[in-house]
Amino acid sequence: MSKEMSVIVRTITRLTYVLTIVFGFYVIMHGHLTPGGGFQGGAVVASAFALFLVAFGTAGLKGRLNAHLLQSLEEIGALTFLALAFLGIGTAFFYNLLANSGTVFGVSVLPGPNPGLLNSGGTLPLMNWAVGLKVMTGIASILIAMLVGSRKEAAE
Amino acid sequence: MNALATHVPILVIATPLLGAFAAPLIAKLGRTTRVAFSGLIAGLTACFAGLLAATLYSAGGQPIVYVLGGRVPLPSGLAVPVRIMLEVDGLSVFMALIAALVGALAVLYSVSYWKERSGGALYDSLLFLLIAGVFGLVLTGDMFNFFVFLEITSIAACGLIGFRAWRKRSSEAAFKVMALYTLAGLLVLLAVGLLYGQYGGLNMAFLAANLSGSMLDRIALALLLAGLAMKAGAVPMHMWAPEAYGEAPAPVAMVLVANSQAGLYALFRILFTLYGVALSVTAIGWILIVMAVLTILVGVTMALVQSDIKRLIAFGAVSQIGYMLLAVGVGFAVLATRPAFGLAAIQGGIFHMINDVACIGLLFLAAGAMVRAAGTRNLNAMGGLAHDLKGLTVLFAVGAFALAGVPPFNGFASKLIIYESTFRLSPVLAIVAVLGSIILLAVFLRAFQAAFLGPRTVGEAGRVPWTMTLSMAVLASIVIGFGLFPGFFIDKLVAPAANALWNGQAAYIGAVLGGG
Amino acid sequence: MTFVGNLPFVVSMLLVCLGLYVLLFKRNLIKMVIGVSLVETGINLFLVTLGYRAGGVAPIYTYAPVGATQVLPTPQALTLTSIVIGLATTALLLSFAILIYRHYGTLDVTEIKELKG
Repeated sequence: MSKEMSVIVRTITRLTYVLTIVFGFYVIMHGHLTPGGGFQGGAVVASAFALFLVAFGTAGLKGRLNAHLLQSLEEIGALTFLALAFLGIGTAFFYNLLANSGTVFGVSVLPGPNPGLLNSGGTLPLMNWAVGLKVMTGIASILIAMLVGSRKEAAE
Repeated sequence: MNALATHVPILVIATPLLGAFAAPLIAKLGRTTRVAFSGLIAGLTACFAGLLAATLYSAGGQPIVYVLGGRVPLPSGLAVPVRIMLEVDGLSVFMALIAALVGALAVLYSVSYWKERSGGALYDSLLFLLIAGVFGLVLTGDMFNFFVFLEITSIAACGLIGFRAWRKRSSEAAFKVMALYTLAGLLVLLAVGLLYGQYGGLNMAFLAANLSGSMLDRIALALLLAGLAMKAGAVPMHMWAPEAYGEAPAPVAMVLVANSQAGLYALFRILFTLYGVALSVTAIGWILIVMAVLTILVGVTMALVQSDIKRLIAFGAVSQIGYMLLAVGVGFAVLATRPAFGLAAIQGGIFHMINDVACIGLLFLAAGAMVRAAGTRNLNAMGGLAHDLKGLTVLFAVGAFALAGVPPFNGFASKLIIYESTFRLSPVLAIVAVLGSIILLAVFLRAFQAAFLGPRTVGEAGRVPWTMTLSMAVLASIVIGFGLFPGFFIDKLVAPAANALWNGQAAYIGAVLGGG
Repeated sequence: MTFVGNLPFVVSMLLVCLGLYVLLFKRNLIKMVIGVSLVETGINLFLVTLGYRAGGVAPIYTYAPVGATQVLPTPQALTLTSIVIGLATTALLLSFAILIYRHYGTLDVTEIKELKG
């Protein structure tokens, strides 16, 4: 479509897409305490990105994002995940080395109902971030590719 | 070194995954770096697979259990193993060796295969993902983990089949294959859900220990049989096979053969180790045998009428799946009474797995070189390639005769075992198997004559690059070597694998649940 | 085993059958993708229902009521993984549908028949 979306769509998008991204980050961050985690939060952020693409098209992205940057971020997310998995290789692959250890995210929490401490969980929140980054950028790349791909066929 | 040997089961899966994730980043540094990185990853994976095999054989075939995320699968106080684990026994290691072989050779062949448009880092990434998925399929000991790796291989395989997006047929083939693979995966997931709902656990050893032959278990088995037969390409679910093998780039077609065999591996694992004699083995064994006979006949018959060289070899590959299914089906049908020919049938079927991958792999790689040199895939348009490409002629002839079961190649060795053991169950089966081999020989003679002999119909065919020739030569040496010394390789590689199926259920369960 | 008690299982199997019907009998490529998606949804519903325990609350420890039964969390993890796999599968199928449309100009599966035999 060469016509732009209406003023209402563009204004509401400008207001809400930042809020949606922040909510997505919240869901990723608290994955070890409340429902959510890497994939769920990443999908929320990607839906904000989809909203942005629908309202502004690929023209709104010029100068800010391109496919190469997204791909590099995706690779970094994936490699961080593997690196975290290898961190506990002294005992076993995927061993949670940081839980109950006193370092980053290392506060011990007893099992059972509790008010939920953010600073616990070990490698879990870090893996949530790695997976969230990968899902965000991955779905964003897919959306851009599909949009460009279906545009090109309309232009042929 | 000991620490490496402890962690080697997960390293075999994690190294190609690392290669898949890091390939696009490394590719930004230049073509030579990318090729060197791919070679490094492929070589490391092959070394780790060899180390795994050596560790298992030196431990006397006792299954190795590797727990992800902890030291023991059963944290204190729990009755069900909760952690995901890898369980490696003789058959898993055999399939891992096959996967390592095709993976390394596919990477080697791909270095110079792409002529007009470069495959690039994305191709390497998908190829490593497919190889990692196949390794995960054969090494895992957890049913849901198996489903996840099944879907990983489906997605990576379809990405590679449709990789050449500038060709019309590739996209069409990739869509159809993806729809069928997804359906197969969903049937498997439904079965896994049924088993979990009944027994409360997902670990294969735990399920094997607690399985009874109730109605829901039989429904789960039927679903698993349908899903895994669809993945392996047995008739009547073989429709995706000619398009997948025909449209994929040649090295990918070779890895897809290993992928289908991993589906067969899963079927054998579920039948022998998970279910065992909890069911009426004769009925299910005969279902497998009927499917196998149909596969052999449909495969060779459809191969007779093909004029596209890659689809012809694809139908040959489908028929060979029938041979493996026939042999192991015979072994399963007699599991209750355990005569000696049952074990021999299973040994024949498993030996045929590695022979088949070597022969069909060689044929696919040779077909890739032929198409690249002649510029066309139609057999009727090719001709006279033997004048310029003498090495390729010899390699294709070796692969074709080996597949058709001509001595002294490896196909003859494994097919002889299959003929003899299936004859003991029912003579009709052996007759069908021999008939299939004869028709296959006719098919490949016609293909050889059309492509290589006769006057030149295309212009000066270019030389075949040395990496492609080297990978084909490795496969040809396996074909000849396994054919000349079958007894040695059967003792070392096949006997532990067959034993793991025939006698190994107790050891498999005991390795996880601790004796008894 | 009452019918009402088993209603979620019946509904999930109905969804699976509906998805299979769409996949086998519809001619538009996008409708086939929707059919695959329906089958996946049915199986995800089936998996989540497996974990239900009568009177249970969500399996979360944060601010959980003390002494309440919780539904099983493992099927929820299985369902989540299955949803992620479904996302990847649908994205791939749709991408190939776009490519087929660019090459053939139609989405009707009976007209896309270059591969025969």
